[in-house]
Amino acid sequence: MEPNMAASLAETTKFQKLCGILDHYGRHPARLVPILQALQEEYRYLPEEVLSYVATSLGIPEANVFGVATFYAHFALTPKGKYIVRLCDGTACHVKHSIPILDALRARLGVTEEKGTTPDMLFTVETVACLGACGLAPVMVINEDVYGQMTPDRAVSLVDAIRAKELQ
Amino acid sequence: MTRNTQNSVVIDGKVVPIEGERNLLEIIRKVGIDLPTFCYHSDLSVYGACRLCLVEVKNRGIMGACSTPPEPGMEIRIHTKELREIRKIAVELLLANHDQSCPTCFRNGMCKLQEIARKLGVSQVRFKPIQEPVAVDVSSPSLVRDPNKCVLCGDCVRMCSEIQGIGAIGFAYRGHKTAVLPAFGKGLADVECVNCGQCSSVCPTGALTPKSEIEDVWNLLADPEMTVVAQIAPAVRVGIGECFSTPAGEPVMGKVVAAMKTIGFDQVYDTTFSADLTVIEEAEEFLARKAKGEKLPQFTSCCPGWVQFAEQYYPELLPNLSSCRSPQQMFGSLVKEMLPEQMGIPRKKLAIVSVMPCTAKKFEARRPEFGHDGVQDVDYVLTTQELARMIEQAGLRFNDLEPQARDMPFGFGTGAGVIFGASGGVTEAVLRYAAEKVTGQTLYDTDFTDVRGDSGLREINIEVGGATLRLAVVYGLANARVVAEKVKAGKCDYDLIEVMACPGGCVGGAGQPVNLDLAVRKRRALGLYKSDKGRQLHKAQDNIFVNQCYAKFLGDIGGHKAHELLHTAYQSRRRITDETLVLLGDAREPRIQVQVCLGTSCHLRGAQDILNGLLAHIIEQGLENAVVVKASFCHELCASGPNVQVGSEMLSHCTLETVLAALDRHLQNPLPHAAVGDACGHGCGCGKG
Repeated sequence: MEPNMAASLAETTKFQKLCGILDHYGRHPARLVPILQALQEEYRYLPEEVLSYVATSLGIPEANVFGVATFYAHFALTPKGKYIVRLCDGTACHVKHSIPILDALRARLGVTEEKGTTPDMLFTVETVACLGACGLAPVMVINEDVYGQMTPDRAVSLVDAIRAKELQ
Repeated sequence: MTRNTQNSVVIDGKVVPIEGERNLLEIIRKVGIDLPTFCYHSDLSVYGACRLCLVEVKNRGIMGACSTPPEPGMEIRIHTKELREIRKIAVELLLANHDQSCPTCFRNGMCKLQEIARKLGVSQVRFKPIQEPVAVDVSSPSLVRDPNKCVLCGDCVRMCSEIQGIGAIGFAYRGHKTAVLPAFGKGLADVECVNCGQCSSVCPTGALTPKSEIEDVWNLLADPEMTVVAQIAPAVRVGIGECFSTPAGEPVMGKVVAAMKTIGFDQVYDTTFSADLTVIEEAEEFLARKAKGEKLPQFTSCCPGWVQFAEQYYPELLPNLSSCRSPQQMFGSLVKEMLPEQMGIPRKKLAIVSVMPCTAKKFEARRPEFGHDGVQDVDYVLTTQELARMIEQAGLRFNDLEPQARDMPFGFGTGAGVIFGASGGVTEAVLRYAAEKVTGQTLYDTDFTDVRGDSGLREINIEVGGATLRLAVVYGLANARVVAEKVKAGKCDYDLIEVMACPGGCVGGAGQPVNLDLAVRKRRALGLYKSDKGRQLHKAQDNIFVNQCYAKFLGDIGGHKAHELLHTAYQSRRRITDETLVLLGDAREPRIQVQVCLGTSCHLRGAQDILNGLLAHIIEQGLENAVVVKASFCHELCASGPNVQVGSEMLSHCTLETVLAALDRHLQNPLPHAAVGDACGHGCGCGKG
């Protein structure tokens, strides 16, 4: 198969997935939020052309879809890394020194508050207001895994381990 | 103390009966008290965001008057110390984040934030701004969006979605980052905005304003080499006076002409001239379609907001739109063709400035189809508001001006052209022509009062020459959507549908002086009907100068020259752009193109299977070098999906077999590329050779 053929089939598959998600929710405008959640899971962010297509499919203005996508902190309009590192900076974690952990992570990964994703698209570092696990403060979550009583060193060695595994 | 509070409320000690008011704000206004508000408009949904119309209801506390329905026995207080303080702090907080460059703002002196701050006695702003200035959106030819002046009342958002049925702007982000934005933060020119500008007419501040061309026109007038002529739209004459304290609806055309002559226009003409021309061309087109029974219902095409709306959302109905250009553009093409020769000047040295009640006319004047050799037919478009500003800038005392007559011949219009500015006016003008034409008898009573009215969707049946004509008169694009859907579904049998984007027609256009009072809009419309009554001629066909124009220059009505100058063609501007995804082959090479629609409806009908089957077939047969396969997102022919286009042939209700059969046909016998709507060589779709 020619390389462009492979790419085009990949596009078709991507599109098929989008249609599958829309169909799963009956293309109903009231189900916009679960549709966006499913899409974000699929693409790890919400690409503009996907949001446009969602708006057309649901028969609602693009501006409305954009409004919902920007309202919730969960949704991202720019690509996120494969591993999303969420550091809690709620009251309890903050007083237990979450900021030095954040600084250490950002320094190690070379990211900033404005640009939270590594150029290799492996990590995104974010803060959240509260993870509801204050007893374990300071808390960090990498994708679905929760890590309690964090220190700057432990946080850095966790991302180092992930990177080493990915590079194999 | 006992009071008779049965079906009444008590406002600051006074018993007020409840008479069907929807909320406390209405009932408070009824007793002559204007509570401040940004976000309440009687024809939009209640939003309750600005928190300025707060009142104190006994046993309930402080509530928003706009969002509280009246209940018998309610005891309401409006002027407590606490309420005054809350209102003042709310305005103070708004001002803290507001770009206070008031003296240089387009809305200076017409700004609700200024007015409310003054009325509430806000004398200081104790808070610091927390928002960084952001870029002003000047992408649109019609409107300027300055987010730094937005108070987030949401009036524009609700106007765009509820009245116009579009939703080009919406709320985005959250908390202190909340902003009113077009989708993806793009410019207004890059989203579905149809430039009607109704957002700017409900905006209480200068966050949305018509894009000013005042400076361009001053520069033009200062250029000694240019001959500058003006056309003035019907609705302007009954609106502009409001900027100079004339009562709404009073025609002040003579003074407008006097003012424009004084500030340097060489000739001042009247768009009613070309409105008469439009009536004749459009009525003839309608009668021809009616006789043949084709392309009915005919939609009017004078309103550029509606035309763009139809191009975006109803491309399948475009053949039903009258091919007539709007009066503004008929004027432009005709005068740019005739006047240079008459005056002995080169075409490039003649500039036409329109004065319009409309912001979408600015977009229309820039459409590529309305110009040639790098010269647009209409060079600049001023809104009514802008002309009023120019008159102020020139220091003219408008009310003291001695009225002057319009220049001839293009300043001469009949009453038929004048009533174009009110909803129902175009229909009535066409009826005045058609009735005479169909019966062959002179029409003496020219009033078709049945088509006049206030409602945004009116259906009228009218007897003309023994036949019944079924008409619909629509304003507000959300109403237009209702009618267009009915037409698409074949659920109505109208003959003629008039659509105007703005509430009440052009008199309620976004270029008119800002006034949301429904009564003002009505008075403007009445002013136009009075102006019609005051003229000797009420039928477009009686316009001697228009008739001379046909005799000496244009030739036959609907003839070749008329088509070239007075008609146009439309193009689909779908939301999903025509960009397609090339799935197979190189689109740059001349191969047979197959476009498979993967839009919502086609997908549901199995387009994906057709695409997969097609790709497999092409690879199997080794046709990669002969065929380009593209996925497109919507041909907007959803009712007949799945749709696949093979070459120039559109296949509807297809199956994989029919697509492969069509592909085989095209491979054996490639069809020449057929140009659509180019029969007369002018791209007007007129079918004339």
